[in-house]
Amino acid sequence: MFWVGTATIVVLFFAFLKDRHGVLNDFVGVAVLGSLLYYLYNEPDFKSFHSYLFSHLPLLAAAFIGACVRLINEDFYENFSSIFQIAIVGAFIWIFARVANSKRQDEALRVAAERKAELEALVNERTAELTLQKNELEQAVTELKSTQAQLIQAEKMASLGELTAGIAHEIQNPLNFVNNFSEVSMELIDEMGQELERGDIEEAMAIASDVKQNLEKIGFHGKRADGIVKGMLQHSRASTGQKELADINVLADEYFRLSYHGLRAKDKSFNATLVTNFTPGLPQVNIIQQDVGRVILNLFNNAFYAVQQRQKQSGTDYKPTVEVSTALLSGFIQIRIKDNGTGIPDEIKEKIMQPFFTTKPTGEGTGLGLSLSYDIIVKAHNGTIDIDSKENDYTQFTIKLPLTN
Amino acid sequence: MKILVVDDEADVQPLFLQRFRKEIRNHELEFNFALSGEEALDYLKEKHSEVVLILSDINMPGMSGFDLLTRIRNDYGIPPPPVVMMITAYGDEESYQQAMDKGANDFLTKPLDFNLLKEKLKPLIV
Repeated sequence: MFWVGTATIVVLFFAFLKDRHGVLNDFVGVAVLGSLLYYLYNEPDFKSFHSYLFSHLPLLAAAFIGACVRLINEDFYENFSSIFQIAIVGAFIWIFARVANSKRQDEALRVAAERKAELEALVNERTAELTLQKNELEQAVTELKSTQAQLIQAEKMASLGELTAGIAHEIQNPLNFVNNFSEVSMELIDEMGQELERGDIEEAMAIASDVKQNLEKIGFHGKRADGIVKGMLQHSRASTGQKELADINVLADEYFRLSYHGLRAKDKSFNATLVTNFTPGLPQVNIIQQDVGRVILNLFNNAFYAVQQRQKQSGTDYKPTVEVSTALLSGFIQIRIKDNGTGIPDEIKEKIMQPFFTTKPTGEGTGLGLSLSYDIIVKAHNGTIDIDSKENDYTQFTIKLPLTN
Repeated sequence: MKILVVDDEADVQPLFLQRFRKEIRNHELEFNFALSGEEALDYLKEKHSEVVLILSDINMPGMSGFDLLTRIRNDYGIPPPPVVMMITAYGDEESYQQAMDKGANDFLTKPLDFNLLKEKLKPLIV
C-alpha cells in the first residue's frame, strides 16, 4: 500500500512537472479509480462483487498506459489517440460484457439453487417414505415372530392331538387291569371267606396270596397310567429348558407305542411290525425330556406315515416295518429309527429340514416337525441328525446325543 | 375245552386264571395264552384240533387280531372251525362290521365283562 502510494505521488509529480494538466487529469483519474477499486476489494461487504471489480482492471490498465504514453511522448499519443480511445472503449465494453455475463451466471446459479432446493425436498420426501417403510417392516417382523411362535405352538398342539388317541388307548389298558383285578379280588375274598368257614386254611392262604398279587398289579397299572398322564402333560407344557438325566430306551419305547397307537386310532386298518433293539444298560443322557421326546415322536410319526403310504400302493407281500434301535458309541448315545416305507427322493433330501416343507397333503402336516427336531437336537443339545434313504426302499434317521454337554 | 387267549398284555393271564378259577379246577375249561398273533399260529399248528375257542385282542403290534382271524379262517377251515371272538378297546360299529366280515363269531369290548363272557361260553361247553 505504501509503495503504491509512493509511486502514485511520484507519477503525479512528474505529470505536474510537465504541466500536462490533461495528463495529470488522466493520472488522477486512474489513481482515484485504482484506490476505489482497491478499497472496495478489501471491504468485506463487497466480497461477492470481486469479479465485477476485476472487470474494471482493463480500463485501469488502458487509462494508465495511455496516460504514461501521453506523459512520455505527447505527439506519439496524439497520433495514435484513436487507438488509445478504442482501448478505453474496449475496456468499457469489457466491463459491460463481464456484467452481462455475471448476470447470466447469477441467473444460472439461481436456477441451480432452485434445482438444489427441489432435489433436497425430494430427498426429504424419499427419506420420509423410507422411514415409514422401515417402521412398517419392523412391525411386520414383530408380527412374523409372533406368528412363528403361534405356529410352533400349533405344531405342538397338533402333535399333542395325535398323541391323545394313542394316549387314550395306552391309559385304557392299565385302567382295565385296575378295574378287573379289583373285581376279581373281591370275588376271591368272598371265596376265601367260604374256604375259611369250610376250614380249608391251605386253600384260603393260596387265595390270599393271589389277592396280594392282584393288588400289586393294581398298583403297577395305576402307576403306569399315572406315568402316561404325566408324560402327556409334560409334552403340552412349554419347555422349561431344564436338562435332566433320562433313560433313552424308556423314552423311545414309550413314544414308539404312543405313535403307533395314535396312527392306528386314525386308521384302524393300518398295521405295522414294530421292532425294538434297545441296547440294555445305556447310561442316562442329560436332555430336555419333552423336547427330545417330541423329536423321537415326530420321527416315529413320519416313519409310520411312510410305511402307511407304501402299503396303500403295495400288495399283500409288503410288510410295513418300523424299527428303533439304541446304542452306545464313544461319547454319544445313538438312536436309529428305520422304516421300509416310501423313502425320500434325492431332490427333496435337502429340503425336508426346512420349516414349512411337507410332502403331506394340505391340512395334514404343519411341515415344522423336522425343522423343530433339528433345532432341538443340534442347537439345544449339540447332537446330530443324519438321514439315509432310498426311494421306495427305506428311510433311516440317526440321532446322536452327546453324553456330556 | 381248550381256550386260546391272544393278547399282547401279559397281565390278562392271571385275570383269566382267577376269573375262571372254578371252571379250571373242575376241568371244564383249560386256558392257554399267546402274546402275539404269530405265537398263536405256532400254537395252533400243534393243537388246532383241540382248541375250541380263540379269544383274540384286535390291537396288537405286529400281526393284528384281524390278520390272525383271516389266517385262522384260511388255514383251519375244515369243520368244525374254531369259534373266534374278538376282544378290543375299540367298540365302534366299523370295527364290529370288519370283525364280522372277516368271519368272527362274536365281538367283545374291553374292559371285559367276564360274566357276559361266561354266558357266551355256556352253550359252547355243552
